[in-house]
Amino acid sequence: MLIIIGVCIWGALLSPFAMAWTALAGVTGIATLGTARFMFPNVLVEPPSKFKIGPASDYPLNAVSNKWKDQFGVWIVHTDQYEGKDLIYALSTVCTHLGCTPSWLDGEQKFKCPCHGSGFYITGVNFEGPAPRPLERVGLRIAEDGMLEVDKSMKFQEEMGQWVDATSFVDGSLA
Amino acid sequence: MLEHHPDLTASVIYGLGWLYLLLFLMNCAWVWRSYHQDGEVKLFGQGVPVASIWALYAAMLGMISTAHLTGSNNPQMFLLRMPDAFKSAVDSLSGPVSFFSLSVGLFVAVILLREWIVKPTVGWVLLNASLIFLALSMTDYDFRQIVGKPDNVPIVAMLFICAYFTWLSFACAVENDKRKAAGKPLYSQEKNDKILVWPDLVYSELICMVLVTALLVAWGIVLQAPLEEPASSAKTPNPSKAPWYFLGLQEMLVYYDPWMAGVVLPSMILVGLMAIPYIDFNKLGNGYYTFNERKFAISTFLFGFLPLWVAMIVLGTFLRGPNWNFFGPYEYWDVHKLELLNNVNISEWFWYKVMNTKMPVAPAGSDQATQIGYILLREWLGLVITVAYLAVLPPLMAVTVFRKFFVRMGFLRFMVLSNLILFMASLPIKMVLRWSFNLKYIVAIPEWFFNI
Ligand code: FES
Repeated sequence: MLIIIGVCIWGALLSPFAMAWTALAGVTGIATLGTARFMFPNVLVEPPSKFKIGPASDYPLNAVSNKWKDQFGVWIVHTDQYEGKDLIYALSTVCTHLGCTPSWLDGEQKFKCPCHGSGFYITGVNFEGPAPRPLERVGLRIAEDGMLEVDKSMKFQEEMGQWVDATSFVDGSLA
Repeated sequence: MLEHHPDLTASVIYGLGWLYLLLFLMNCAWVWRSYHQDGEVKLFGQGVPVASIWALYAAMLGMISTAHLTGSNNPQMFLLRMPDAFKSAVDSLSGPVSFFSLSVGLFVAVILLREWIVKPTVGWVLLNASLIFLALSMTDYDFRQIVGKPDNVPIVAMLFICAYFTWLSFACAVENDKRKAAGKPLYSQEKNDKILVWPDLVYSELICMVLVTALLVAWGIVLQAPLEEPASSAKTPNPSKAPWYFLGLQEMLVYYDPWMAGVVLPSMILVGLMAIPYIDFNKLGNGYYTFNERKFAISTFLFGFLPLWVAMIVLGTFLRGPNWNFFGPYEYWDVHKLELLNNVNISEWFWYKVMNTKMPVAPAGSDQATQIGYILLREWLGLVITVAYLAVLPPLMAVTVFRKFFVRMGFLRFMVLSNLILFMASLPIKMVLRWSFNLKYIVAIPEWFFNI
């Protein structure tokens, strides 16, 4: 309150123009802040970022599970094709080109994006179309009760060398 | 070929009957015009009026129309349909490469043959040919599914409108160019076609407004806008298409990173169009149609508009199917069509193929500067090519092909012009590189979201 009064006095002393500009700036600023407030809604309806997806034995070798795609936006992949290691990991279903949702084509053994035709191997590595980098992994670990637990708040990018991180996969021989 | 549907149904045949009837009436009018305007041709040593040939053609159309309107009771046996041999030939020849070469070839042909194309008879023959092609193609199920989709009807209309106005402007330009060459005054000066704004112009505009509104209302009632299933973040429709006027951009996204194709190149297009009045130094052709006096300006603009925008819309609308694969116009949209491409970046090609080593990677845990250094080392070839393209080519163009331009425009304007042209050319260049060498990115630095 004091500040506003001070500003007004200062503006009145200076000139009517200065006061008009100050008032305009103030109103615009408050309006902008008010709009920015919409970015932080009071209630956020979002699935939890951590969730259990059952035991590792649910995910057989060299298969992609679509089970959690619709609800949580992840594929659970169990394969030994990435650097010859037997791994289970969770891939985010967001195309690294422009964010469409690719589909897993079992016959062709690839993820294929319907928007501009990007293709990814079962490992998540991009090989055709415009996508500039591999699909992102999200966190995966074995919870205390022996179930797999996905943590979508973490993500791991191959091109940043983050796929070596131990939280980005689970040893596949547990399955 | 699997038989998944009937090619022809009674309602399609009936509808085509009306189309041929329209064509028949149009050609009757043309016979009348031809009788008064075209002379005679010598056939078998005898003078035959050209109009009689048109009359024969119109009569044939009339019979075809009757056959359609009355013969729809047994669609399977109906004979007037696109021959299968033609369909499979077109399908096997079509691909992104042939489509793009064809559109560029067509563009060049229109410019070179403009004096021939603008003759009314040639224009009329082209219009008839395209309509008959459309009508015959409609007898194919897959073609009909795509071209006849309510969504796509405006695009078919747009194609005809686009072709007509290009033709019209060339017709006016050729007429004026001929007059200039013969030292005569321009068409608009000789045949003084000035009219009064009030009432003539305002009245005709009012009538147009009423007609167009009526057309839109009728269209909105007859052709329902298709509704798709509710949106879901987990499921992207396959294929997933942008609104039709953005399909050129979507096609660009196939070859470029979203940053380039979605932000940089579109802003370049907008800024470039705004810059045209400032970089144009040619004072001729102001206020009248001409081609010869503005060859460079018109061809460049039309190249950007017809092959790089309109043709890309056609490609995106009619020829891109599931998984954004390319499909021929009569091809079944098979979700499982297999097209294997293994795209490589220039850096991958350089380090694996040429140097036969691994890509240079910064040792784990190294500091920021080392990492940057390694990334630049990895992509050096692409970076050099890009810099050379944007920095070395313009001066080179200034001393060779564009020497006259450079002298007349001055340094700054020339640099703007040449860079705009280079940016425009980068789309076809990248497309050709993708098709011929499976090139993905010239510079690929996903770490910084910088891919060219
Ligand atoms: S969004 Fe997936 S290819 Fe463009």
